[in-house]
Amino acid sequence: MTRRAEGHPLDSRSAQAEPLLEVAHLRKFFPVQKGFSRRVVAEVRAVDDVSFEVREGETLGLVGESGCGKTTTARCVLRALTPTSGQILFRTREGAIVDLARLSRRELRPLRPQIQMVFQDPFGSLNPRMTLLDNVGEPLLVNGLRDRRARRDRVAELLRLVGMRPEYMYRFPHAFSGGQRQRIGIARALATEPRLVVADEPVSALDVSVQAQVLNLLLELQQRLRLTYLFVAHDLGVVRHICDRVAVMYVGQLVEMAPAAAVFSRPRHPYTAALMKAVPFPDPRVPSGNVALQGEVPNPANPPSGCYFHPRCPFVVDVCRTDRPELRQVAPGHLARCHRADELMLDGVDPVAMAARP
Amino acid sequence: MTGSDLTSKRLDDAARAEMSGSESLTPLLSVRDLRVSFFLEEGVVRAVDGLSFDVFPGQVLGVVGESGCGKSVAMRAILQLVEPPGRIVSGQILFRPADDTTVDLAQLAPRGAPMRAIRGAQIALIPQEPMAAFSPVHTVGDQIVEAIRLHWRQWRPDGPSLTRADARQITTELFRDVGISMPAERLDAYSWQLSGGLRQRAMIAMALSCKPRLLIADEPTTAIDVTTQAQVLNLVRELQRKYRMSVIFITHDLGVIAQIAREVVVMYLGRVMEQGPVDAIFHGAKHPYTRALLRSIPGLQVTPRVPLPIVTGSIPHPFNRPRGCPFHPRCVEAVAGVCDVRVPALRPVADHQLASCFLYHDVEATS
Repeated sequence: MTRRAEGHPLDSRSAQAEPLLEVAHLRKFFPVQKGFSRRVVAEVRAVDDVSFEVREGETLGLVGESGCGKTTTARCVLRALTPTSGQILFRTREGAIVDLARLSRRELRPLRPQIQMVFQDPFGSLNPRMTLLDNVGEPLLVNGLRDRRARRDRVAELLRLVGMRPEYMYRFPHAFSGGQRQRIGIARALATEPRLVVADEPVSALDVSVQAQVLNLLLELQQRLRLTYLFVAHDLGVVRHICDRVAVMYVGQLVEMAPAAAVFSRPRHPYTAALMKAVPFPDPRVPSGNVALQGEVPNPANPPSGCYFHPRCPFVVDVCRTDRPELRQVAPGHLARCHRADELMLDGVDPVAMAARP
Repeated sequence: MTGSDLTSKRLDDAARAEMSGSESLTPLLSVRDLRVSFFLEEGVVRAVDGLSFDVFPGQVLGVVGESGCGKSVAMRAILQLVEPPGRIVSGQILFRPADDTTVDLAQLAPRGAPMRAIRGAQIALIPQEPMAAFSPVHTVGDQIVEAIRLHWRQWRPDGPSLTRADARQITTELFRDVGISMPAERLDAYSWQLSGGLRQRAMIAMALSCKPRLLIADEPTTAIDVTTQAQVLNLVRELQRKYRMSVIFITHDLGVIAQIAREVVVMYLGRVMEQGPVDAIFHGAKHPYTRALLRSIPGLQVTPRVPLPIVTGSIPHPFNRPRGCPFHPRCVEAVAGVCDVRVPALRPVADHQLASCFLYHDVEATS
């Protein structure tokens, strides 16, 4: 098995682990309204029949261009949005399996502490008028920890956990840099001892040197606290480094899902291959980032016929224009939504393999 | 003679121009010991602190640095767009608008006619956020037509003025050049009706509208997706060749720098840490900061999910500028009593490569 050959520290564990989250046929359509009567004239199919599972302790990366529905999917899992249809099965700490998609706000309340979020913008996601104690302590207060002293002790513990000095808890967010604020955001997400952490582009707003610090923190916390991450990102280098498996989305659908090494070394969907070729590689001796996809991402309110990717696909044949491909298994543990997945030999760009090369 | 003078002398050397592989020996733009400070109530922020570099005709110079390193302020200084409380404190910005003349942009009045004739026409800027750079209440076409007609009047004050229809024709051509489909229709669109990629293309068309000799691209691809980024990078490369422009490409993305630049300047806290040809920077980096930055790129490790080598600490607050070398508090190779006391000058460390670090030259080389 290729992943074991890399000496993957989590291999044996995540292979055996049970799914913590199972998303099945998730759909989220947004109505397009027009006129005074707010008549619904069309639907934006932001997420259209997405299914995946996240095993306990693993990191699933959700990648794609802006507007592909990756954030909407993440927000549905958090139930910040109510899905149009589909199931979001979550295994609770007690071992029961509940469908988050169907629960009411009241029924969700006891489950909320178990699923938390880390936001993209470390400047916008902390309340500037609250001290760190109040910012990080808010989820504790909401979840019934009313004793101020206990809350203060817990916040001190959380700040230490993310590598910050507990004395900082009486300061306000403006006193901290972007990387430190992201640490505060992570501390807040961990306050309720979550099991699933949804991280929406947690490092894309940070500088290179600080980004590495936050990625290291996320990895360390995952091992210490046995966290499961749903990691939404567009930086493929970050995804390659941190994710066990990768799911690629295009116009609201999953087009490919496989272990990270497999996706990067041998992608099975032309879109995944194109996405990787578009990334400029940080080595002038490896010409890259010059293969651009033609055309634009289709409008999800009016997607093309057949395969959604066919107008931009360099390998298009007649069947692609008429028949919609299904997401199917093309290799063990490797799913792709392409009519020609078996015959095409697509090149990947695996930075890890390149780094290993002499 | 101070170290920076030595550096400038060395850089001015014609041999240096030849080594960097450029077509011409004389730089199009020479920045010499530029200092830009912001005078705030809380104190003085030295955003750019002794910056020197050259841009040669037809060259793509990459400027890389993290937020707060002064890269954007330096570019605004070149265009005389630094707003109070900031101002250029000292230094020279020597620009050659024509082959036989040199002007020091730092001496020109920001609102004066000579500067306005250069800004936009000779040196153009692609700003970071095309959404914020276009006015949302005018069509993109109108905004470009306005720019073209304004500059036309400046070039040919006595000649016939350019009609609106002619300017519109020029703009349509430009839109076609930058790869906007249905250019005539898109002229009448508002910026918010265009997608991110199209908006960035329209911005590039506007920057190219007066055929500048120097194009400054300030993180033109940070707000857009990788696939669109690849299109924009290709476009910049292609247009650079077609119009034989010089380009200063600013970014914090080391991948983009590796692929687009020929010469690289690495900045930290307003100073140049290292400078050299792109291959030397990526394969023979000398400065500890450059080396640390390259190591911390995620996804390049032989084993995924192991801790990345990091640069400890964070970028200092602008009011707490460290003494000595600006990088010394975060530097693993810092020498106590040297790096925390004296500021290293930018000195040659290898063929065509400069670094400001005491590991490579003695303590006398301070600036």
